[in-house]
Amino acid sequence: MVGRVHSIESFGTVDGPGVRLVVFLQGCPMRCLYCHNPDTWKIGGGTEMTVDQIMAQYEKNRSFYSRGGITVTGGDPLVQIGFVTELFTEAVRRGIHTCLDTSGITFQPDKPEVIERFDKLMAVTDLVMLDIKHIDPEGHRKLTGQPLEPILAFARYLDAKSIPVWIRHVVVPGITYDQNELYRLGHFIGTLTNVKVLDVLPYHDMGKVKYQNLGMDYPLKDTLPLTREQAVAAKKVILKGIRDERNLNEKS
Amino acid sequence: MKNEWRTFNAGVWEREINVRDFIQKNYTPYDGDDTFLAGPTANTTALWEQVMELNNKEREAGGVLDMDTKIVSGITSHGAGYLNKDKETIVGFQTDKPFKRSLQPYGGIRMAEKACSDNGYEVDPEVVDFFVKHRKTHNAGVFDAYTPEMRACRSSHIITGLPDAYGRGRIIGDYRRIALYGVDRLIADKEEQKATTRSTMYSEIIRDREELSEQIRALKELKELGNIYGCDISKPAADVKEAIQWTYFGYLAAVKEQNGAAMSLGRTSTFIDIYAERDLAEGKYTEDQVQEFIDHFIMKLRLVKFARTPEYNALFSGDPTWVTESIGGVGIDGRHMVTKMSYRYLHTLQNLGTAPEPNMTVLWSTRLPENFKRFCARTSIESSSVQYENDDLMRVTHGDDYAIACCVSSMRVGKEMQFFGARANLAKCLLYAINGGIDEVSKKQVGPKYRPITSEYLDYDEVVERYEDMMQWLAGVYVNSLNIIHYMHDKYSYERLQMALHDHKVTRWFATGIAGLSVVADSLSAIKYAKVKAIRDEDGIVVDYEVEGDFPKYGNDDDRVDQIAADLVHTFMNFVKRNHCYRGGIPTTSILTITSNVVYGKATGSTPDGRKKGQAFAPGANPMHHRDTHGAVASLASVAKLPFKDAQDGISNTFSIIPGALGKEDQLFMGDIDVDLECGIDSACAIPNLTEGLDRE
Repeated sequence: MVGRVHSIESFGTVDGPGVRLVVFLQGCPMRCLYCHNPDTWKIGGGTEMTVDQIMAQYEKNRSFYSRGGITVTGGDPLVQIGFVTELFTEAVRRGIHTCLDTSGITFQPDKPEVIERFDKLMAVTDLVMLDIKHIDPEGHRKLTGQPLEPILAFARYLDAKSIPVWIRHVVVPGITYDQNELYRLGHFIGTLTNVKVLDVLPYHDMGKVKYQNLGMDYPLKDTLPLTREQAVAAKKVILKGIRDERNLNEKS
Repeated sequence: MKNEWRTFNAGVWEREINVRDFIQKNYTPYDGDDTFLAGPTANTTALWEQVMELNNKEREAGGVLDMDTKIVSGITSHGAGYLNKDKETIVGFQTDKPFKRSLQPYGGIRMAEKACSDNGYEVDPEVVDFFVKHRKTHNAGVFDAYTPEMRACRSSHIITGLPDAYGRGRIIGDYRRIALYGVDRLIADKEEQKATTRSTMYSEIIRDREELSEQIRALKELKELGNIYGCDISKPAADVKEAIQWTYFGYLAAVKEQNGAAMSLGRTSTFIDIYAERDLAEGKYTEDQVQEFIDHFIMKLRLVKFARTPEYNALFSGDPTWVTESIGGVGIDGRHMVTKMSYRYLHTLQNLGTAPEPNMTVLWSTRLPENFKRFCARTSIESSSVQYENDDLMRVTHGDDYAIACCVSSMRVGKEMQFFGARANLAKCLLYAINGGIDEVSKKQVGPKYRPITSEYLDYDEVVERYEDMMQWLAGVYVNSLNIIHYMHDKYSYERLQMALHDHKVTRWFATGIAGLSVVADSLSAIKYAKVKAIRDEDGIVVDYEVEGDFPKYGNDDDRVDQIAADLVHTFMNFVKRNHCYRGGIPTTSILTITSNVVYGKATGSTPDGRKKGQAFAPGANPMHHRDTHGAVASLASVAKLPFKDAQDGISNTFSIIPGALGKEDQLFMGDIDVDLECGIDSACAIPNLTEGLDRE
């Protein structure tokens, strides 16, 4: 089986624990307004690579990754779930730590054949980095063009399977930099028992250039990047939401 | 057993000079964290403020505050000097006061004069007269023996940075011996060596006997240096304060005698910890006091200063002394060698603030204790002042009592020394191969008149063939220049005190070095895989190149060019080995022009890789700037293919990375959400996600 690969970063240090080989897969159903990789959207593009080719690249420099592993991101890697499953199966066989960076958007809780595919992938996934874009259904649709419910369902599914999760959340002025939304997000995270890490990502506009190069309009051209201080403040609100939710549960 | 040695575990170290055995039998590995560490005492803070004030004055004065222009520096040349006698627990300066640079003419009187005059001072004419007329210097000796060819190579910069006018450095005395044994015992040992030399007086035996006499004389002067500061170092050190002070006297005597290109300290922390553990157990000193001694010791090491010229500082990008101290590592019995003292040394970066000297070098192993790794990582983040070297790699050949001289040169302390050898410019050598030995900048015939390449487009096989001939020639001139240099250095500026702190039979590494590796690798790759057109001037000398098409570039994990780089190192080393090396030296080479790559580049014409005349080389074994385009691991993987066995003196790769690319910022990235929630929102319970995904407490 071949995967469609956008690019490979040999020294990933921010996409999971340790130094990692990060595989960017081509194709994404989401159209997030702040996306800084619009070149990965198109489904069907990219370079064709086999599992063996990716593994060869990993093995060549294996000693660099001794405390890390492989992260598959995108795009959204779930678009190529079959390939990712094959890649992770081989990685696990070789004792390599596997991490899936996804929005979870293709999850469909009421379709057994979809669940079966996810079960197979999760059996070989050590860590999921789940990107929750917006906690409000309407806001989510506006920001990403897709519904929120599959994502929350995926989060609950991962919790039920006890798969370790890192939650990522991009905070954008005027979109998600909002006390109520952040607090609500915290409450949702507080209901989960498998969250190991909360990673608050301040919005930046470094993707602008890519839009220019692709001849596309940059949707957030009037939005300023989030400052570090704002991001720290946002993180505190989310944490408060998590705490309050957990205290609530303890009392009840 | 001597009273100073009470409570120590016995071993052969009692019967012979063997510091390693003493350490192995007595040190206490420490697996705990850094919570035991003490902050600076009031005296430490006051002294450091005084230093900072002097620092400012020195800067305002243009870089030099005071210079000795009359008294020739020696072990006992000056009276005692202090910052504040009442507050200093570890004492001793190179001259009679801090920030006053000493006069060291034995390496070369002209260099000493120039170092003074460039800074607005003038060496006493009587001293100059004496060293010109009556006492020859190392520099004068070298130039008496140099051939015209060697001088031409030197001035055309195909061989650069040779230690022919200044101290070669790179020798580490085992300063710990003074603390463990006391000077009297060391003298007795040297007397015995002298009494047992062979009795047929071949010149090497004569030299040996003369050197041993010099060593004994130096040790006697060392005792006198102790007396000047009110310390009797004829006997072993009785406690940790004395152990530090005795060790420092040894180092101080060395820098009073030698203005070396690198004057490194060795591997002292675990040794000194043994004394600290005993004093803490016996209640003699508190942790605060022990840290104070170390802070004051490190303060002294930071104040080592030499009189140098602006050109020297340009070559080394600053005014480095390379007081390298090697910390940690793992013993050959499998126990790690991290002690509380390893922490205390690094902690000075917090107590005194950051500084490039002493060059704290952690001998890194995957098997170092986790707590220490975290402490190192945090100290690095806060100070950017820690150097790391691969103990797992070096321990195989060097055991567990080696230390680093300068930045990467490893040697067993007290058993091995190095003849420092600067480097040969392999990029310029390639241009000589193309131009038949004519220098592309000066247009003079410097190299041998081999047939130049006359074709318009360069042919790979032809260039490689000519290049190997030229490398062979260069290696010959280079090694033989070094033979002269080290012969004369031994003769006119012998490191008698440092060698007194070595075993009688010493292994001598004959160091050479390479500059311009990535330039040559890419040039040959361009010739092989693209088309390179030679642009000639009116005299037919190739002065520039036009590259048509793309070619594999070193630094992208591409074997086609990485193999060229690896072969280059191997080939050059083989040519070096074909030459006779002075005094049984074992040839090694290094690829580590960490700072002088700019100067080397300036003196070199355009190269076939597209680099233009005068442009800087990449530092050390680095890929050329902006040519490694496949990410950090690919770049590092290319460098990692260079054969260490052919470059045992060290391979350096300067690698900078913005903090954001190395991991998450601790305030935004919550490493362990449960811990964080327990600690409360405003606590600092957050982690930096370093390369290993370390959790911070």
